[in-house]
Amino acid sequence: MATAAELDRPADTTDAFRQEAREWLEANFPQSLRGKDNAMSAVDGPTEETAEQKQWREAMGEKGWGLPTWPKEYGGGGLGRAEARVLGEEMMRIGAYNPIGGMGVMMFGPTLLEYGNEEQKQKHIPGIVRGEVRWCQGYSEPGAGSDLASLQMFAEDKGDHYLVNGQKTWTSGGQWADKCFALVRTDKSQKHAGISFLLIDMDAEGVETRPIRLISGSSPFCETFFTNVKVPKENLVGREGQGWEIGTRLLQHERNSLSGGGGSQGRMNQGEQIPFIAKKYRDVDGEGRLADSDLRTRIIKHEMDQRAFALTLRRAALEAKGNAGPSAATSVMKNVGARITQDRAELAIEIMGMQGLGWEGEGFSHDELAQTRTWLWGKAVSIYGGSSEIQNNVIAKRILGMLDHQ
Amino acid sequence: MAALNDEQVMLRDMAREWADNESPTTAFRKLRDAAPAKGFDPEAWSTVAQMGWSGVVIPEEFGGSAFGYLSLGLVVEQLGRNLAVSPLSSTAVAASAIAMGGSDAAKSEWLPKLAAGEAVATLAIDEGPIHGGKIEASAPGGKLSGTKKFVAEGDGADVFVVAATDGLYLVAKGEGVTVSTRKMADSRSHADVTFADAPAEKLGGPELTQAVVDRATAVLTSEMLGMADAAFDQTLDYLKQRVQFGQVLSTFQALQHRMAKMKTELELMRSTVEAALEAIDAGRSDVDQAVSLAKAVANDTLKLVSREMVQLHGGVGMTDEYDAGLYLKRAAVLETMWGTASYHRDRFARLNGY
Ligand SMILES: Cc1cc2nc3c(=O)[nH]c(=O)nc-3n(C[C@H](O)[C@H](O)[C@H](O)COP(=O)(O)OP(=O)(O)OC[C@H]3O[C@@H](n4cnc5c(N)ncnc54)[C@H](O)[C@@H]3O)c2cc1C
Repeated sequence: MATAAELDRPADTTDAFRQEAREWLEANFPQSLRGKDNAMSAVDGPTEETAEQKQWREAMGEKGWGLPTWPKEYGGGGLGRAEARVLGEEMMRIGAYNPIGGMGVMMFGPTLLEYGNEEQKQKHIPGIVRGEVRWCQGYSEPGAGSDLASLQMFAEDKGDHYLVNGQKTWTSGGQWADKCFALVRTDKSQKHAGISFLLIDMDAEGVETRPIRLISGSSPFCETFFTNVKVPKENLVGREGQGWEIGTRLLQHERNSLSGGGGSQGRMNQGEQIPFIAKKYRDVDGEGRLADSDLRTRIIKHEMDQRAFALTLRRAALEAKGNAGPSAATSVMKNVGARITQDRAELAIEIMGMQGLGWEGEGFSHDELAQTRTWLWGKAVSIYGGSSEIQNNVIAKRILGMLDHQ
Repeated sequence: MAALNDEQVMLRDMAREWADNESPTTAFRKLRDAAPAKGFDPEAWSTVAQMGWSGVVIPEEFGGSAFGYLSLGLVVEQLGRNLAVSPLSSTAVAASAIAMGGSDAAKSEWLPKLAAGEAVATLAIDEGPIHGGKIEASAPGGKLSGTKKFVAEGDGADVFVVAATDGLYLVAKGEGVTVSTRKMADSRSHADVTFADAPAEKLGGPELTQAVVDRATAVLTSEMLGMADAAFDQTLDYLKQRVQFGQVLSTFQALQHRMAKMKTELELMRSTVEAALEAIDAGRSDVDQAVSLAKAVANDTLKLVSREMVQLHGGVGMTDEYDAGLYLKRAAVLETMWGTASYHRDRFARLNGY
């Protein structure tokens, strides 16, 4: 984490840094990737990198600039926030994307930096920074969704290792992941205090994934079965029984990055802007305004929502200066982010009409087909990472101090 | 619930029973995976016809029962509950266009066949992806030319009721007619149909086009009503059975109030849908208003219920294995067909002079 002094570095330092960043990017970013997107940011598909994508990922990984503010000793960029912002600006200027992403970046890395021991950080952080190791999240079970603490997957203490048995579900990217950060039960007698945070190799004997098909047609997540899987003791993060605390901390990081608070606002601004789509598909009047005034009003409402959200993110970032990481307020952001993402997709398909509801084959452009899938996939953002209802409960209880009615 | 006569009650119950026993959502899935060229199951279609449903709005002299639109709506609603795949509504509405405007020859050629389920008919109206755009197809000298987009049941239709600049025409499949399938999110039949100097018989002027589209829209809202009702019921069932935090989800007040709100909206939706169908049966002069009211309310309500269905099912709602996604995808297509809520609110305002 950046210190206060780093945050307040004087402008001339950033000017010098800007020059450095500009030169390095110029020398290393392959021009052919201009305007492209990070193949690793999404979990809904295997990564098939071209030679150039790989080269770009490796260059950024080596430099540590994919995670510019993470500590240098584990391969991160070690930059202050001001410099990281400059780096972001310079990348944007030349149409470069950040090639480092995934669950390791969004949630596991920050959590391990906080709770892991030195050995664990040395071992796992560099692989994340370099985008070489893919992580998946083993939290949910068939009977433990919103009520995550009721999870049953059991890790039995066998002296030098744990023997893990049980089932996880909705494991995003499980079939492509190298490793899994999992919540397991090490004590059956207590609900929350019986949970531990364990790292499991996905290619260990006894781990099996079965992909599940989604309504959008793809199969990006799995049912994952663990049968007598041996996990070395050194893979326990924190203390035995500290898993709930660590696991919920990770969820805050997840919400934070899902809402765009992690600096990944780009996610929901992907694709063309709504007003632009509207003018392409819909009639305009003599003055160039959308002829459908009801639609026009709703588009503007959406635009304003988006701006209000962006301003709130900025304000939260400023207010959080010096604060350590995300807080319960990320629940507010996650819900707004989810709502905006879904509104955007609903508006897009409405604007495009039948043309925005294509499934495959003739008569639809690539973008149009992608829009259908984006719309359907987007229904998940208010469910995963803690559903909107659960975030509302968090807001009511932790922020507002409202109690259960029982 | 509208006051139904005995025949209507029987019709509704029969349709409900058939849909539940013979055409549950598993039948839809089977059909989706088999993807037959015509887009429907011919056997199911012939049963539908045998039960007389394809003739509900066809005059008796041509083999129908002339029960009217409320009756047709009752059947379509029951099929909609289970996402039953059938060319019933498109055929029925197209048949009524022929009944209203066709020559004696056209009526006796097509109506008995449509009533008996020996042929499928559909409307070919829109030329863009959004309803309400300009119509440019024309039929000089009885030869129709133009391209119609996203024609429902276009893959299996034997005869088309086509909108041209000066009104409605009847065009049989064959000479000058090319059909190309569009694969949509709802996995149902939609096709672009190109007419190139296709022999066409005039059915009536633009008023007939409007009347027929209003009928099609009203019947569509019945399907939407059935879907919304079923989506609601399934969600309620799920909440009553899924346990989290040691309780069934239905005990959470946050969810109870959302279900209560949806129930309220559904009541409003049913009234507007039935009123539109009744207005057609009564030959009222304000059918257009009744239809726009119904479609605007139906769009908003089905949208609410189908999106909530996914959300309240949680993770399983996102999987193909559960039905929530099937309702969501069909809902979005129907919300678009024959006009969005915006379109109908605007039309309603115009019709009322503001
Ligand atoms: C696309 C996708 C990807 C996912 N990826 C992962 C992953 O990688 N790893 C992982 O571990 N998990 C993952 N999940 C699982 C996700 O975290 C769960 O789906 C989520 O926590 C909800 O649990 P559930 O599905 O069991 O729904 P339930 O808990 O059964 O909830 C059903 C509905 O009830 C509501 N509800 C539940 N409890 C309450 C309450 N107390 N008050 C009010 N409303 C309530 C919920 O909000 C929801 O609307 C993913 C899910 C999806 C959809």
